[in-house]
Amino acid sequence: MLTPRDEAELSEAIAGASGALRITGGGTRPSGRTRGEVLSTGHLSGIRLYEPGALTIVAGAGTPVTEVEEALAAQNQRLPFEPIDHRRLLEQEGVPTIGGMVAVNASGPRRIQAGACRDSLIGVRFVDGAGTVIKNGGRVMKNVTGYDLVKLLAGSWGTLGVMSELSFKVLPGIAATATLRLGGLAAEGAVAAMSAALGSPYEVSGAAYLPDEGDVILRIEGFEASVAYRAERLSGLLERFGAARTLTDRAEEASRWRAVRDAAACAPSEGGAGDVWRISVRPSDGPQVAERLGSRMRLVDWGGGLIWAVVPEGQPLRRELAGIAGHATLLRAAPETHAALGMFHPEPEALAAVSRGLRARFDPRGILNPGLMDGASAAA
Amino acid sequence: MQMPQPDPAIIQRKAEIVARLQRVLPHDAVIHEEHETRAYECDALTAYRCPPLAAVLPASTAEVAAVLKVCHEEGVPVVPRGSGTSLAGGALPTADCVILGVARLAEVIETNYPDRYIRVQTGRTNLSVTGAVEEDGWFYAPDPSSQLACAIAGNIGMNSGGAHCLKYGVTTNNLLGVTMVMMDGTVVEIGGAHLDAPGLDLLGVICGSEGQLGVVTEATLRILPKPEGARPVLMGFDSNEVAGECVSDIIKAGVLPVAIEFMDRPCIRATEAFAGAGYPDCEALLIVEVEGSPAEIDEQLGVIMQIARRHDPVELRESQSAEESARIWLGRKSAFGAMGQINDYMCLDGTIPVNELPHVLRRIGELSEQYGLEVANVFHAGDGNMHPLILFNANEEGQLEKCEAFGADILRLCVEVGGCLTGEHGVGIEKRDLMLDQFAPDDLEAQLRVKDVFDPRWLLNPAKVFPLAVTQNRRQAAG
Repeated sequence: MLTPRDEAELSEAIAGASGALRITGGGTRPSGRTRGEVLSTGHLSGIRLYEPGALTIVAGAGTPVTEVEEALAAQNQRLPFEPIDHRRLLEQEGVPTIGGMVAVNASGPRRIQAGACRDSLIGVRFVDGAGTVIKNGGRVMKNVTGYDLVKLLAGSWGTLGVMSELSFKVLPGIAATATLRLGGLAAEGAVAAMSAALGSPYEVSGAAYLPDEGDVILRIEGFEASVAYRAERLSGLLERFGAARTLTDRAEEASRWRAVRDAAACAPSEGGAGDVWRISVRPSDGPQVAERLGSRMRLVDWGGGLIWAVVPEGQPLRRELAGIAGHATLLRAAPETHAALGMFHPEPEALAAVSRGLRARFDPRGILNPGLMDGASAAA
Repeated sequence: MQMPQPDPAIIQRKAEIVARLQRVLPHDAVIHEEHETRAYECDALTAYRCPPLAAVLPASTAEVAAVLKVCHEEGVPVVPRGSGTSLAGGALPTADCVILGVARLAEVIETNYPDRYIRVQTGRTNLSVTGAVEEDGWFYAPDPSSQLACAIAGNIGMNSGGAHCLKYGVTTNNLLGVTMVMMDGTVVEIGGAHLDAPGLDLLGVICGSEGQLGVVTEATLRILPKPEGARPVLMGFDSNEVAGECVSDIIKAGVLPVAIEFMDRPCIRATEAFAGAGYPDCEALLIVEVEGSPAEIDEQLGVIMQIARRHDPVELRESQSAEESARIWLGRKSAFGAMGQINDYMCLDGTIPVNELPHVLRRIGELSEQYGLEVANVFHAGDGNMHPLILFNANEEGQLEKCEAFGADILRLCVEVGGCLTGEHGVGIEKRDLMLDQFAPDDLEAQLRVKDVFDPRWLLNPAKVFPLAVTQNRRQAAG
């Protein structure tokens, strides 16, 4: 295992590598990677700069997510995008790092209001497949100087380069939260209720549907008086979908949103064995997806736009979803299933060619997480 | 500002190239007479002008694809153009290029409230996107000052911001999908109405690529329900430093205004003379706006006013009515027009970490004395995006060059304190030669690789963004 202690060592390790490298941070998101020597960014750790007055934090890629969150919380600030912790879902030990979080663009329920991880990421330093150190973006939140490689790196799963340092725009902390629960809803009513809520001016920051219980949960955050006011207004607006109850138990409320964030309903302990699919669609197509999935659908987030499913091993789910715009990622599966179905959704050939071209330019030897994201085209 | 020598072989073949373009477009969509191409000789950076070989105005994605295919086959550079409002020279032609204007692509294709998006053709103006949904209580958040005129295509090209991005983000945070035509005429669909990418985030790198990767003809934009209300407060201070500290304290206090706008004395005086908004005569002025329910507005403004009082404001005025709100914004919104009345000016766009505001304003003041040119500062303080306006007289020999040198010094200062050359206007030709002040050669090389993949022959807007010396080999190999 290669464990560089700084960016220069990271650069040397990659330049000197003779074969495939399996890039890891805290090792909590190993999906789809099977070969190569492990290269860990775990030692590239530590907060390098934190300016609460500028809403900016900069840290090494190997910094634990919790370390960043705790530093921010001490100044009543936070990461806006509520990153998913994959450990339960993927049955992993280890400590999630911000490098891993960015590599998979980990974004939770608040995505619908505050944007994804890639929207808060404002700067990146990384080492490409040839060992060259590259920086892009910086530490200011408005920056259009040159191409935005920051977005390109977020969600690239380590295949364009290995990140060494990351900068984020952060937000003030949340003073108060209220969660409304609507019961007894099927998928169609649930998505309609969530759309109504998200189309209101009451700034809903979470909208999820738990199919087993038939519950929709809606979250409102902000100053105390304002939260109470908006929760009341929202309940009124949603009357036609049933009586909304406010969750009163704070611990229960927090644990429910944590469960949505981490797709706990798909964890082996709750969703059972099988492959886990993450399906991204237009919210109003959610009910159609629900119909095709039946009981395999475990959780709906993002107001209907993000659907989690557990399916029997090896089922080629993408075929069943044909004709619905969007994509499906096979997040948890046995290596042979990943090999057979591909982790990422095939793209039209013109786009797959662009992705392959980018990968070939940034990693000419094809050593960074090879095979993980090879830009398979739909035609292939 | 240097531009590449036009290719004489292309200019010689003008008649043939125009004839080929006329075969794929309606007759009136190909502009090639010299007195007509002059209309496309510059954008809002008017100091530099050059009529193009021809200009085309396609009215569909298929026509855009046909044009690009012809230009690709002919090896003719293409400069995409939205409404021509770029302050950075993003749409400046060369004599051997075809300007591809998207002005005839202005339709709304779909409005979808349950899924919270609008699909438009990209020649549509920014303000008319909001215009298409506002009666139903929705809006499109990015609001550049030129929003009445600027096109969505240009907004995507430059990743435009506006006054309200502290809360709502810039174009890239509100763009869900595009139809884009590649230089060889291939049409691709990227993203859609869903919220994330299936693989690499190509949309993320296309937004802000200044028309160098492809021509975006349609866009799916996130729309938001209008907040219940908004209310600004106006604060005057007797020094720039104090105003800067107040901004930082507001942000640290845990409130997130939708806008924090800053104006300094030269700017306040000019706008007062121009618009008569009733601003106090002071060194620095802040407009802080918050949104939400009445309760939320009261609570946030309560916190904000309390912070302001700690900084001994010479004026503190909370709007009590819609009319008063409009008056508070009137001066800010007419600032650029007001400055234009009294002088030629160059508008910069560097961004700095907010906590560096007092230091940077002081240094700009010193540089202003050194160069003997006046500066007015008006900018989005909450996100550190500065807009120093350097005043000069274009008719006086050497003043433009002096002004540009002063501007370059300010931008280097922005980079030095941890900021960047441009926050929302783009690099264009204006900041092209400063890129090596912000980036190491390897950093730029990484960006060039992206263009190599999307546009291997370097035909799309090739003389922009990067220093000409850095791109020379690629541009020549392509031609």
